[in-house]
Amino acid sequence: MHRAERRWLQAGIATLIAFLALIGVAALHDDIVPPSHVETIDPTRVAETPPFDKPGLRQTGPHSYEAYIVAHIFSFDPAHLTVPAGARVTFYATSPDVVHGFFIPGTAVNMMVVPGWVSSATHTFRRAGTYLMLCNEYCGAGHHFMYGAIDVR
Amino acid sequence: MNEQSEARENRLVLAHLFLAMAALTVGAALGLLQALSRAGWMSLPRWFDYYRILTAHGVLNALVFTTFFICGLATLMTYRAIPRSRSLVVGWLAFWVMLLGTVMAAHAILSGKASVLYTFYAPLKASPLFYIGTTLLVVGTWIVLADLAGNALWLSRNRPGERLPLVVHGSVTTFVMWFIATLGVAAEMLFFLIPWSLGWTPTVNVMLTRILFWYFGHPLVYFWIMGAYLVWYNILPQFYHGRIFSDALTRLVFLLLLLLSTPVGLHHEFLEPGIAAGWKWLHTMTTYGVVIPSIMTAFAVFASFEMAARRAGVRGLFRTIAWLPWTNPAFAGPAFGMILFIFGGLGGVVNASYAMDTLVHNTMWIVGHFHVTVGAPVALTFLGISYWMIPRLLGTTLWAPKLALAQTWTWFVGMGIMSTAMHWAGLLGSPRRTDNVAYFGSTVAAAWMPQVHWAAIGGIILLLSMLLFVIVMVGTLRMPRTQSQPMTFASPEEEAMAPAPVLDHIGRWAAVAIALALLAYAGPIHELLEAHAYGAAGMRTW
Ligand code: HEM
Ligand SMILES: [Cu+2]
Ligand SMILES: [Cu+2]
Repeated sequence: MHRAERRWLQAGIATLIAFLALIGVAALHDDIVPPSHVETIDPTRVAETPPFDKPGLRQTGPHSYEAYIVAHIFSFDPAHLTVPAGARVTFYATSPDVVHGFFIPGTAVNMMVVPGWVSSATHTFRRAGTYLMLCNEYCGAGHHFMYGAIDVR
Repeated sequence: MNEQSEARENRLVLAHLFLAMAALTVGAALGLLQALSRAGWMSLPRWFDYYRILTAHGVLNALVFTTFFICGLATLMTYRAIPRSRSLVVGWLAFWVMLLGTVMAAHAILSGKASVLYTFYAPLKASPLFYIGTTLLVVGTWIVLADLAGNALWLSRNRPGERLPLVVHGSVTTFVMWFIATLGVAAEMLFFLIPWSLGWTPTVNVMLTRILFWYFGHPLVYFWIMGAYLVWYNILPQFYHGRIFSDALTRLVFLLLLLLSTPVGLHHEFLEPGIAAGWKWLHTMTTYGVVIPSIMTAFAVFASFEMAARRAGVRGLFRTIAWLPWTNPAFAGPAFGMILFIFGGLGGVVNASYAMDTLVHNTMWIVGHFHVTVGAPVALTFLGISYWMIPRLLGTTLWAPKLALAQTWTWFVGMGIMSTAMHWAGLLGSPRRTDNVAYFGSTVAAAWMPQVHWAAIGGIILLLSMLLFVIVMVGTLRMPRTQSQPMTFASPEEEAMAPAPVLDHIGRWAAVAIALALLAYAGPIHELLEAHAYGAAGMRTW
């Protein structure tokens, strides 16, 4: 092996190890792990299964909320939410038909909504304003009509 | 080896290459329609709607163009490096099976029975024709592998003691990697999607089909990259009177790609339910491992440039770059691709970290990313090297090389503009795979519309570039077939060390690759099966 080649590789692998170490520390020490939620639901009975039988917003604490969203072709139920600024909202979403996406641009709420499964993500809405919430996985002919809004007051 | 049998082989290779180019030409035209429709500059008729077009664009460009081209390239390299009189029955069988599959899938898509995009996520349910056709395309490539491996075995049996030529080693390794990867999609098709689309099974396990798809989906992109690397290592050095930097390093790069391409696919499923965080985390770590063969390649390509420049008495970074044969379109195409690949690599590192991926998943950022990896480096390499290969295969010279050079420039500029705009739109939140992204006057969406317009401008330049390519090819086809130019591959620099024979035992490396794939996937697949998830019935929502 040429000397220059060995140096280049050593530098590359050292960077790589530094990266991996960082991810490792972030995971073990700061609990920064990939998003994951493992919970099943019968996709043919979403409308009868609590809490998705009554989709919408619930307050669970002074500043914390849970939002249950049913994503179906081609709309979200509910398509409109209003929360106060500073609210920490945990979203739970599922689909009775095909795969959808649930994405709020400008936040880290971005998840795949898969029939048979419940997805979850949390966000604290600090800034007031109107947020777009949209389906970012192709779900059929009306996919681009599938959007809604969150008003943060 | 006489000229006649070489001409017979050339016809097989040409069939693959021309089919690839036809697919790309149609695919690029559809790409422009998408870009214009998203920008709101045209509206598509109902009988030729956005998602039908997008499915065709993805399938034609990402699956048909790349696969046919790589099959042609690997067949050419293997045949030329092992000159002997051979039967072409297996080679043609592969071609016809692939073509049959492509026609079936294309028919299903264009008639509107399969607007499921090239990822065909269940429970969107397409016509069985689509699934069976795509499966046949894959089965055809297995026959190509049999042909390549058969030739390599013939060599080791009949010329004992002779090493596997570098191009054969690279071609066979690429196809072995591909074979291991396609087992995932074949299982998805044969055990789940095909019986379900035929109505034999009522429901489908959605998460299982997704994990099988991405088991295949990530190595798919490495299949394209390995095709480009075959060109970068083995053909390009001749254009600057250079040599391959190192025989051993080249073999090792391909073997590492064989090992590391598969056990990483969950990085496409970071935001999905049903897969425990630990598995996603494991695949993040292995994903960063695939960086190693790519940094080795960056080094080897640059070292090869520099050593050739030094032999010619040129020194210094900028002088070396300026000295390279930029006026040769067969060099300029791949070299422009390499420049854009730097951005592709950086973007890939971003996507692989799950915290960042959450911000860009399924936004236009991702579309920008793969146009700056497969759409530029791979496509520019294949288009550029066609200017060298096609005239030689036809026994003629290239028509209008200046026009060909203009083609490489326009593709470079067009793809540069389009993918930069796509990346940017994605950062602002513009979703991918979506027809109308203005969301009826939403102020959030207004922020990304300028970028969507820029992407359309890039798309227009790209289509002009595609037309230039077609014009040059038609001109070349009409040139007199009198000049037969030799087709040779680059040879390596003198080695400091004798290369280890273990590098030639591709089968053993394949066994390790399978073991790694099992280690990475047995756990999450087992958990999905244990979850006893509800099946989904499937429907046609378009
Ligand atoms: C030549 C000009 C091209 C143009 C104008 C173009 C344009 C586009 C546009 C606008 C999209 C995004 C659509 C959306 O997400 O809503 C797209 C998607 C895509 N393009 Fe291209 N593209 C071109 C070339 C290529 C090439 C050469 C390749 C690969 C070899 C390619 C592969 C893809 C793939 C795989 C997708 C994703 C399809 C999907 O999401 O299902 N494109 N293209
Ligand atoms: Cu959708
Ligand atoms: Cu990947």
